[in-house]
Amino acid sequence: MPALHLENITKRYGKLKAVDNLSLEVRDGELLTLLGPSGCGKTTVLRCVSGFVRPDNGQIYLGERKITEIPPEKRGIGLVFQNYALWPHMTVFQNLAFGLQIKKLSKDEIKQKAEQALTLVQLGGLEDRFPRQLSGGQQQRVALARALVLEPEILLLDEPLSNLDALLREQMRFEIAQIHQHAGITTIYVTHDQTEAMVISDRIAVLEKGRIMQLGTPREIYSKPVNKFVAGFMGTTHFIPGRVENVANEYVVVTTQEGLTFTGRGHGLEKGQEVDVAIRPESIRFMSPGEVTAALREPNLYEAEVVRASYVGELIDYQLKIKNHLIRAKGEVGSAHALNDRMVIKLDPDQLAVLSR
Amino acid sequence: MPAKRVLVITAEIALLVLVFLIIIGPMMSLFIWSVAHRWYWPNTLPQEVGFEYWKQALGMRTSLAIGAISIIPAFLLSLSIAVVVVIICMLIAIPAGYALAKYRIPFGAVIMFLFLMPNAFPQQPIFVNLLHIFTRWGLSGTVQGVVLVHILVGLVFGVWITSATFRSIPNYLEEAARSVGASRLYTFFHITLPLAAPGLLASSVFVFIASLDEFTGTFFIGLPFVSTLPMTLYSSSGYNMQFASVIAIILLIPSILFMTLIQRVLRAEYVGGMG
Repeated sequence: MPALHLENITKRYGKLKAVDNLSLEVRDGELLTLLGPSGCGKTTVLRCVSGFVRPDNGQIYLGERKITEIPPEKRGIGLVFQNYALWPHMTVFQNLAFGLQIKKLSKDEIKQKAEQALTLVQLGGLEDRFPRQLSGGQQQRVALARALVLEPEILLLDEPLSNLDALLREQMRFEIAQIHQHAGITTIYVTHDQTEAMVISDRIAVLEKGRIMQLGTPREIYSKPVNKFVAGFMGTTHFIPGRVENVANEYVVVTTQEGLTFTGRGHGLEKGQEVDVAIRPESIRFMSPGEVTAALREPNLYEAEVVRASYVGELIDYQLKIKNHLIRAKGEVGSAHALNDRMVIKLDPDQLAVLSR
Repeated sequence: MPAKRVLVITAEIALLVLVFLIIIGPMMSLFIWSVAHRWYWPNTLPQEVGFEYWKQALGMRTSLAIGAISIIPAFLLSLSIAVVVVIICMLIAIPAGYALAKYRIPFGAVIMFLFLMPNAFPQQPIFVNLLHIFTRWGLSGTVQGVVLVHILVGLVFGVWITSATFRSIPNYLEEAARSVGASRLYTFFHITLPLAAPGLLASSVFVFIASLDEFTGTFFIGLPFVSTLPMTLYSSSGYNMQFASVIAIILLIPSILFMTLIQRVLRAEYVGGMG
């Protein structure tokens, strides 16, 4: 029994289909991320689950209950907003107690649960502060505590870290993952940040134009993208168009217009098919002259010229030119290459994805 | 340079005096008149001063002078009408303002515009016409008629300010309440209303003062039986300047009090408001 089941959900705004016949099953206790660019429909899907948007078609099931027609306050969900949505005229404690008072719990129970929730998010002692007296990160934790204190069946988070600065965002990612582990609650997380998604998720659903492009674990999504969109959205990807020359098991040989030959991984491709080769920086290795001689018979060796070298602290960000293609690569600071340097690079066939056009 | 500083200071003083004359000047005349017993031209200040007219106005001293009546009854009538008008106006304006702010009402912009109309046209033509209608309905010369006129005038402030107030409360605050189990009504009373309170208070105050000071409509509809404070002021202003000044000052007091209150309350709202 999945914790949440979305069945053929469609939502139109005028002529635009924000959500297009989308079906999804969320497993009990997992953290599933809806990942995609602005306008892909991820927030609309979340608002359908929370009940603030009525889908035009389709049904939503929470466990065994059909909740499509039920108003938000009766769904038993926990919701964390991008802008925290803490009530400014109430203290932190009152913010947490609000939902518990509606449930008509006793004063002692309310106090106990509120304190527990604050400890879980590491904000013990701040019960009597007002939201305006807290930092952004603290406010977000209160928002999380407020959602968790009611022990909902499912927790929904709508880009909760987008309003925080970069450093804090990185920190909070791990904390949210930890809290999820601890609480064990089924969670749907919405974000446009692919690194965030990969760090915290059990599974990721990549969305575009209201449809799920790919559903899988972070590893599957990153290293085995099913189409150009998913490949381009994750990591830094450069696409080189070409045609299939040969297919051997999972490996595909592709030739391009400029006479380059790539060997990579692909599925369901035929000889002569138009494809794109997806190249990511981590697949590129700089070869020393000695290594080149030893590897002469191996595939994916190319002559490259450094067009740009940017120092980024922990590494050097390069732009390399192969024939007329510019691709990004990363290198160690110690063995830095200078502008206009020429060298041989090797692309790892296992990390090259070949996708149909 | 000393010369420049002298120039700057002189300019500042001149500006201050100008402001004083423009803003306080007319008021000063009012205050002086209210305590003048005898004041004939060409004296710049009254020959005799005292609180005689104040005592007459407050009903503490009777006089046979024309128009020198106790204004207490008119004052109490104005106050009671204002209170009733505020209650009815807010009962309409709060739900209306909320609906216009939060929901996409068909022709919503037109409706808002309609609420603005009574104040956009010249008042006499409107009220003369209203007098015809009210006479037919038996409302002319009655307190009910006057109350209706004041509501008409007050709804402009009422609806516009309440809808702006509700619009300033972000939807996500209400959604957050519903996500923890609060019904729409519960959310309205526990989240929306407390946050909207300063704006709603301001709206009530504007309606109150509009009703207290309302003259043209009250004049057309209320005469000859209903006499509010502004009408008493009108009656005495031609020939009994001292009396009129007393009434004018009494009418000013609620306005000044409430404006100070609004200023305090609204500032607190910005401080304690959205995050």
